[in-house]
Amino acid sequence: MTLTKADLVNRLTQKEIFAKAEAVRAVETLLEIMKKKLESGENVLISGFGKFTVKDKRARRGRNPHTGEDLILEPRRVITFKPSGVLRDKINQKD
Amino acid sequence: MNKSQLIEIMAQELGVHRKVAESVVKEVFDAMTEALVRGEGIEIRGFGSFSVREYRAYTGRNPKTGEKIAVKPKKLPFFKVGKELRERVKDKVQIK
Repeated sequence: MTLTKADLVNRLTQKEIFAKAEAVRAVETLLEIMKKKLESGENVLISGFGKFTVKDKRARRGRNPHTGEDLILEPRRVITFKPSGVLRDKINQKD
Repeated sequence: MNKSQLIEIMAQELGVHRKVAESVVKEVFDAMTEALVRGEGIEIRGFGSFSVREYRAYTGRNPKTGEKIAVKPKKLPFFKVGKELRERVKDKVQIK
């Protein structure tokens, strides 16, 4: 089983926070705010969950793993995620 | 941006009380945390996906002292950025 947007929407309706249509809008709004911040170069810190960080990568020589061909990877900006200690502990808890 | 700023912006954009926005943020990240604790993945179209990776025990070293340490097996969440978000940030790079 994989958690999807639909599961998040269901969670909000089951907890009676919103009816279906508003729940969809709430989830989309939440994601869009995070994407906009990251797009503007801001890191997003969700305490208890983790931190989404914006990082700039220099150009580097790479290789096409399929063809073995050498190529130059252009400089680019990427997003990385660092889980919080709380989340790491929860995932590793013994049951 | 931190969690309380996210809640604040959410409340404004949705036109709801701060308390409501706060419970939305709480439920969304609780649901995601619970999925990862169950060992399940998360797939949020346009944003990214999370999976739990299992690492075996290994002998590490304290980088400062060079001392050997036994690292126990562990699980870590791994995030892969979604296509839309990757494309939206890619060209904002500041270095050449």
